[in-house]
Amino acid sequence: MHPITTVHYLVLSVALLAIGTIGVLTRRNIIIILMSIELILNAVNINLVAFSNHYGHVTGQVFAIFVITVAVAEAAVGLGILIAMFRNKGTVQADEIELLKW
Amino acid sequence: MIDTIFFYFFALLTLGGAVLTVTRRSAVHSAISLIVSLIGVAGLFLLQKAEFLFAVQIVLYVGGIMVVFLFVIMLVNLNEAERTRQFNKQWWLALASVAVVGAEILYALRKPLLLPAAGVQIQDGRGNVERIADLLFSDYLLPFEVASLLLLAAVIGGVVMAKKRV
Repeated sequence: MHPITTVHYLVLSVALLAIGTIGVLTRRNIIIILMSIELILNAVNINLVAFSNHYGHVTGQVFAIFVITVAVAEAAVGLGILIAMFRNKGTVQADEIELLKW
Repeated sequence: MIDTIFFYFFALLTLGGAVLTVTRRSAVHSAISLIVSLIGVAGLFLLQKAEFLFAVQIVLYVGGIMVVFLFVIMLVNLNEAERTRQFNKQWWLALASVAVVGAEILYALRKPLLLPAAGVQIQDGRGNVERIADLLFSDYLLPFEVASLLLLAAVIGGVVMAKKRV
């Protein structure tokens, strides 16, 4: 078996990013769209930690902490918006919120 | 050798959980799959000697964010959403663009990566948590404070958004 290198982690990160992006772009349920955003942010974190390990320096891990902070804030506000939207519109489908459509 | 096995195991957890998250019809099943995926990512952090991030990932993501997600899933009536179409009309366009971008990045990664030589691990007896704390409270003190402001804004924003009458 080949030893695991940094490139392995990068490829895994690309795959996770692609899956998350597919989720954001194709799903209708807003809750699952928010979960896919979490997947994307986790792909970023894998990348940061992989490079941090590669260079033997922990700056990447410090940045991963900031990314996690932003993910928490985004989830809190996003779910608040979702609840407000469900109360006003009665739906959680992304393509039924169409006020700005042409 | 054992590292290789663990890497593929955690990669399988991560990617399998991610695929199930994106494809499941029920939002609760999606959330459970996302928990599996996040635990896989935590294992990958541990493999890369990022013990602090491993703990943060478990405590904050699996214990915090996912519980909030499950609460919201119970607050919001999803019965109707589960019976209708799950993917929007532009799914083929989304798949095509993601395939193009993904192929592009993978092609860039196929060539020998132009990374400077791997840095030497500094062995000075300090652990991972200590090194992160040193860096966080010296060089990155300002971003740290800004992050706390961001969290305050998120707390207030979340309360205001979820309130009945604004």
